[in-house]
Amino acid sequence: MLLSARDLTFAYPARGWRAGAAPVVRGVSLDVSPGDRLGILGPNGSGKTTLLKLLAGVLTPDAGQVALDGRPLPSLGRAAVARRIAMVPQDTHPAFDYTALELVLMGRYPHLRPFEVEGADDLAIALDAMEATGTAPFADRPFLSLSGGERQRVVIAAALAQQAELLLLDEPTTSLDPGYQLEVVELLRRLHAERGVALVVSTHDLNFAAALCDRVALLQQGALLACGRTQEVLTADAIGRLYGIEADVRFHERAGHLTVVPVARR
Amino acid sequence: MTLMFVGAGGRGSGARDQGPRARGQGPVGAAPSIRRRVAVVSTVSVLAALGACVLAPLAGSTPISLARALDPSIPWTENVDAQIFFVARLPRVLAAALVGSALAAAGVVFQALLRNPLATPFTLGISAGAALGAMLALTFGATLAAAAWATVPLASFAGAAAAVLVVYAMAVARRRGFSTDVLLLAGVTLNSLLSALILLVQYFADVTQALQTVRWLLGDLDVAGYAPLLAALPMVAAACALFFTLPRALNLLALGPDHAAARGIDPLRAQRVAFFSASLATGAAVSVGGPIGFIGIVVPHLVRLLVGADHRVVLPASLGFGAAFLIACDLVSRTMLAPVEVPVGIVTALTGGPFFLWLLIRRG
Repeated sequence: MLLSARDLTFAYPARGWRAGAAPVVRGVSLDVSPGDRLGILGPNGSGKTTLLKLLAGVLTPDAGQVALDGRPLPSLGRAAVARRIAMVPQDTHPAFDYTALELVLMGRYPHLRPFEVEGADDLAIALDAMEATGTAPFADRPFLSLSGGERQRVVIAAALAQQAELLLLDEPTTSLDPGYQLEVVELLRRLHAERGVALVVSTHDLNFAAALCDRVALLQQGALLACGRTQEVLTADAIGRLYGIEADVRFHERAGHLTVVPVARR
Repeated sequence: MTLMFVGAGGRGSGARDQGPRARGQGPVGAAPSIRRRVAVVSTVSVLAALGACVLAPLAGSTPISLARALDPSIPWTENVDAQIFFVARLPRVLAAALVGSALAAAGVVFQALLRNPLATPFTLGISAGAALGAMLALTFGATLAAAAWATVPLASFAGAAAAVLVVYAMAVARRRGFSTDVLLLAGVTLNSLLSALILLVQYFADVTQALQTVRWLLGDLDVAGYAPLLAALPMVAAACALFFTLPRALNLLALGPDHAAARGIDPLRAQRVAFFSASLATGAAVSVGGPIGFIGIVVPHLVRLLVGADHRVVLPASLGFGAAFLIACDLVSRTMLAPVEVPVGIVTALTGGPFFLWLLIRRG
């Protein structure tokens, strides 16, 4: 088992005089094996992003623990975790005009010693990651001048440059048009096939999850509703309970995966 | 697929988790070396600052010769050039260097922390906090028994730190960084609040004291000798030492705290170190020259245009060019209307103010 989460519970701390909020994630347990492709599905506000941050060690759970190869994340140290787990947050808005290459090179930081500056081998790894994501042609362009799809691929390249064996992606297709969405699916499939990277993807795009993931976990109000193989879990009944809709779920021959069409609200 | 990625899947590669990998010889290529860029930019910045420190004292109402000033064969009592160079002008030039580099670097740090390129110690009200602290110490003549010589810099730092706490509380409450509107409103509010307190302190001071502090509050580098510099130097040095632990964290914090956390940085700790060191630098700078404005925005912006956004070059370049820039402004302030010396804060405000407005317009 690469990553295993047990009974994760997390609430954002109280702010000011307001009382502490209800837990956003409650009692979630799940496992990620090497080379897994796991989708985390759930309505808005169901705790997908928070769960992903807990799995990446960005947030520390109030109860329960996340273990990497059987060792709890806090005992490994942040940099050691970052060398094995990379996260692609939902949106990346640099405050300054970094070039695409500079952003990708930041993926090398967990591998550097204090005060060390990236060397020729780090640069080669970064450029290779840009090659693999098709972003090499605009390595020297300012990140902020790129389109949404290009930016998403640059951020994925940065995560690749981190040389992690587990990639956590938060809503990687939300702001992308169908062309770019398909591009991201193909890119992630290829990275999985060629580099053996395990993927955990949070999304509310059911078709994206069906296209990419072998397994899905359904999250409802912070708790796990179901977790298992995509074909078995992604049923009309489960989707109905999760989103309160009636959906048509069928296998699409040409696409080669399940497709979900929302038909009516329940 | 290059060899580099063999083992990226991690299976059966037990050596992956043993800390930063051992340094091997990387592939040799024509790729631009980041290390060289950092070295070149740092060297050029230091040379610019040193050059300004040596050349600026030569200019002034009485022209002097550098060769004569540095000639050891002439006895000190007879060497007027050396006396003008070392006694009359160099302390002021060094004060400009110290203050300029500290304020420019503090600007860089605040901008990354608040994720807004318009943040500066001056516009945020942190300089005003430092000024209030220094004013209290100056006016009421309180001295610390243990370190009388450092009372004003320490009071100034305390004021800066108090103002920073307010900014920090707002930054924490807004996890996505400061929008420009919030930033400017917070700065305006904090500045007017602190100005009122400064006026109150002045109101209680006697007339001669009040006159002295008015000039200082305008931003003035006319330090009498080296003592104020020596008092502020340890704080600036400590701040710089902390700054040099930060560049990578600042690059990531500029993307957001989650990006930093996912790349092996503890964002909360990095933010605290950054806030502390930037307050230290601001407090020390204000204790020497008063709240001189706009250095923290003009210099970092020009530096980023020249060398890009990577903090590993922006930070050293801002230190060097911040020194050179304020030395140049001070040169203008003491020669523009000679023999009258205009407080340097007026020169930086007259150049930096329009620059700031132009940035606001350009950013829409």
